[in-house]
Amino acid sequence: MAAKTLTIDGKQISAEEGETILFAATEAGIKIPTLCHLEGVYDIGACRLCLVEVKGTPKLLPACTVKVAEGMEVSTDTERLRKYRRMTLELLFAERNHICAVCVANGHCELQSLAYGCGLEHVHYDYLFPRWEVDNTHRLFGMDHNRCILCTRCVRSCWHIEGAGTKNVSGRGAKSKIITDLNQPWGDSESCTECGKCVMSCPTGALFRKGSTVAESVRDRSKLEFIVNAREKKQWNA
Amino acid sequence: MDETMILNDLLQVKDHELAAQKKIVLRCCLAAGCISSNSKGVKEQLDKAVADAGLQDEVEVRGVGCMKLCCDGPLVQADPQNKLFIKVTPENAPAIVSALKGGKTNLEMGDPNASFFTKQLSIVLANSGIVDPERIQSYIAADGYLALHEVLNEMAPKDVVEVMVKSGLRGRGGAGFPTGLKWGTVAKSSGAKKYVICNADEGDPGAFMDRSVLESDPHSILEGMAIAAYAVGADQGYIYVRAEYPLAISRLQLAIKQAKQMGLLGAGIFESPFNFNIDIRIGAGAFVCGEETALMMSVEGKRGTPRPRPPFPAESGLFGCPTLLNNVETFANVPAIYRQGAEWFAGIGTEKSKGTKVFALAGKIKNTGLIEVPMGTPLRTIVEEMGGGAPDGGKIKAVQTGGPSGGCIPSQHLDTPVDYESLGKLGSIMGSGGMIVMDETTKMVDVARFFMEFCMDESCGKCIPCRAGTVQMHNLLDKILKRKATARDLATLEELCDMVRNTSLCGLGQTAPNPTMSTLRFFRNEYEELLQPDTFNPPTHGAAARHESATK
Amino acid sequence: MERLKIATVWLGGCAGCHMSFLDLDEFLIDLAGKVDLVYSPIADVKEYPEGVDVCLIEGAVCNDDNLEILHQVRARTKVLVSFGDCAVTGNVPAMRNQFGLGNADNVLQRAYIDNAQFNPVKPRQDGIVPLLRERVQPVHELVRVEYFLPGCPPPADCIKALMVQVLEGKTPKLEGRQLKFG
Repeated sequence: MAAKTLTIDGKQISAEEGETILFAATEAGIKIPTLCHLEGVYDIGACRLCLVEVKGTPKLLPACTVKVAEGMEVSTDTERLRKYRRMTLELLFAERNHICAVCVANGHCELQSLAYGCGLEHVHYDYLFPRWEVDNTHRLFGMDHNRCILCTRCVRSCWHIEGAGTKNVSGRGAKSKIITDLNQPWGDSESCTECGKCVMSCPTGALFRKGSTVAESVRDRSKLEFIVNAREKKQWNA
Repeated sequence: MDETMILNDLLQVKDHELAAQKKIVLRCCLAAGCISSNSKGVKEQLDKAVADAGLQDEVEVRGVGCMKLCCDGPLVQADPQNKLFIKVTPENAPAIVSALKGGKTNLEMGDPNASFFTKQLSIVLANSGIVDPERIQSYIAADGYLALHEVLNEMAPKDVVEVMVKSGLRGRGGAGFPTGLKWGTVAKSSGAKKYVICNADEGDPGAFMDRSVLESDPHSILEGMAIAAYAVGADQGYIYVRAEYPLAISRLQLAIKQAKQMGLLGAGIFESPFNFNIDIRIGAGAFVCGEETALMMSVEGKRGTPRPRPPFPAESGLFGCPTLLNNVETFANVPAIYRQGAEWFAGIGTEKSKGTKVFALAGKIKNTGLIEVPMGTPLRTIVEEMGGGAPDGGKIKAVQTGGPSGGCIPSQHLDTPVDYESLGKLGSIMGSGGMIVMDETTKMVDVARFFMEFCMDESCGKCIPCRAGTVQMHNLLDKILKRKATARDLATLEELCDMVRNTSLCGLGQTAPNPTMSTLRFFRNEYEELLQPDTFNPPTHGAAARHESATK
Repeated sequence: MERLKIATVWLGGCAGCHMSFLDLDEFLIDLAGKVDLVYSPIADVKEYPEGVDVCLIEGAVCNDDNLEILHQVRARTKVLVSFGDCAVTGNVPAMRNQFGLGNADNVLQRAYIDNAQFNPVKPRQDGIVPLLRERVQPVHELVRVEYFLPGCPPPADCIKALMVQVLEGKTPKLEGRQLKFG
């Protein structure tokens, strides 16, 4: 593998060929905000928070899927990008019913922490207040669609780490919804192995363990990474 | 039954077909538009009337594809008399047959020498309305598959690409990417398996060019795809066509079957080592599946959502293999380019936009239907001369091109030539060919809301800016229309337009703000007239400033 | 220098933000030395006065009474601070919006009829019981708001950080976890 040198936010770094900008930046200690990215599953470039400016490219590029190249000049924190990130987060808050005060993930939520990280203190857009149900049919877990941001981390970890293929997406646009099997109640799912990886991967409080109450949902994402590293790199150290 | 076809066989089919041609041909449109006005009944009655008059040996009643002037359908054209019967009903059949023999009738007649027809230049639609789309022999008689023969027997793949580069053809799906460059990239990509896909998922509201081509001349698509496959080294093709086009699907199925029977698809075509098969994949009604990466996901049997590029389909497309994806109209240009040469094609159109473009002319205009004009034709020629202007002497206000991804070109810019660059400069796009004419009664904010609603409904939901942004933009447009919005709302709308355009994952989201932005650019007053005074008006100095001065 | 006039207002909320305000503890004494608290649920003043410099407004706008007060407050206040999640986002009071516009009647039906054990009757005393609005809205959707202090409730040290800066006439700069919703 050839090494590539590039600059990210003016900092000279070297990365291996084939690495993404996000990976290279993280290695170099530069933090790029993400929501749909999850260590251990493949990237889909959907949340648009990790968009970066690359000199010579008119379009903004998602750092999670674009590979490093020799001489690339990347900016991750321009005024324009900060504005778009804030707007993206505001759109998410207005889209469904994110009521942090009564959420299991309060204090451990990636959407919440990104919001205050971006200085988001109120939402400019009208809240839509859609009506979404809560699926509480599963023995161990629950799914509250009000808090779902459709990052599909749960879908990807269910298919690609666990291999169960229980979670999926139905509908389109704002009506998109994470479903279980063929849109059945989770409790009726025959494919679900009850492994809980979807719950571990959820960035918000949409997926939760039953019995946990406000602010109790602390995720342990290292377990997902551990499994993937063990499987793909044969590394068994946690 | 597959059998090997050689050039002699092909020429034999052609000669036989031409020899069997009767003195008089009555062409009766059997494309979806005319069928919906009972042209099937017309064809039946014409057959009967010919038989009743004992003219079977002299007159052929041929079901053909689109004859372009859709607003006056069903259309029947008599050759060589060059008579065009319009708005034909089955009851008119005997009168038409007697008119062939010079009988006097009071049937409604169209003028085949009207500018609507004479200003057209047919390359893509050359066979449309002339050949019988359900008989491969009819296509072969019009020199069909000769280009494929020549390409397979006399050209190396890289020469085929070279010809395409020289022709200057650009993708007709809307973005206008140079076709030769695309072919070259796929040809150079390494991979044992490659695919060719025809994007027939035409979905823009008001657009029906691709449907007409598929219904009228399906073999030109098959031949174009086969030539492309040879050029890039693919052996499998897919046509992705939307389920809402049942007639196009059945004609394609028939065409593929006939081509296979004649050995024009399959293994060892024209005794060459080239193998090529085509299968049809039917879309399930999602507009986003017209986006190339979403389309390929759908062909793979997955949820049709786009994915970020790179990697581009030319490197990693369908099933991870290098894939060439072109639009229907692009493929339909291909056989003609190889029959008549790259120089001939490059001699048509403008410096940067070569050839012709097919438009589906619709909206507030006298003559609606299909037109094919050389690139660079001024919009005014299309709208006023060919289209005949607004009905009832109304004034044309704007022309919308590019559907939900395009923009509205106001009447003061009607002298703009239609080519990729000129339309782009006006904030619109060439698009796939929908052209909707609007007159003075059209409210531009309403138009913007309509297209935004379309994008909102069709957003796949994968990326946040498109999924949630189109909803907010639609609500703001709705608020403006309901006279409940203020200047602040308009500012929020414009900010969202900029954000959604720059941050969305695929073309759907990136272009969703275009109709709004272009109407804001040319018809801003219509927005401002609807705004309400803002009760929030911040004080002249800003609240914080005022507070600061108060506390000092 | 003239003493600043400070007010706090309580719309549709649980008063938790005011509790948090009281958690300012000894800072309240410093504050009392610098400002006049001219209106507040914790002070017995009937009428919102003119010429208020800074007002912290708690709660979402749920009924006609809230709206009337809000307009009065806005008209008589220089700097309005949306105080706590209900004011900033609608928060818990706005959860009823999920049941659609014009849900006020359903809300009353559910509370006073469906779940009533005795005497099921919808409260309606015109001029006494304020009417519920069609939907609950955060404050900034209805009037201009200068600054926002989210949190459910905003912790006392965040209130202090904001107050200190506002009283110094600065544009308050809060960042990181100080701006956390919930």
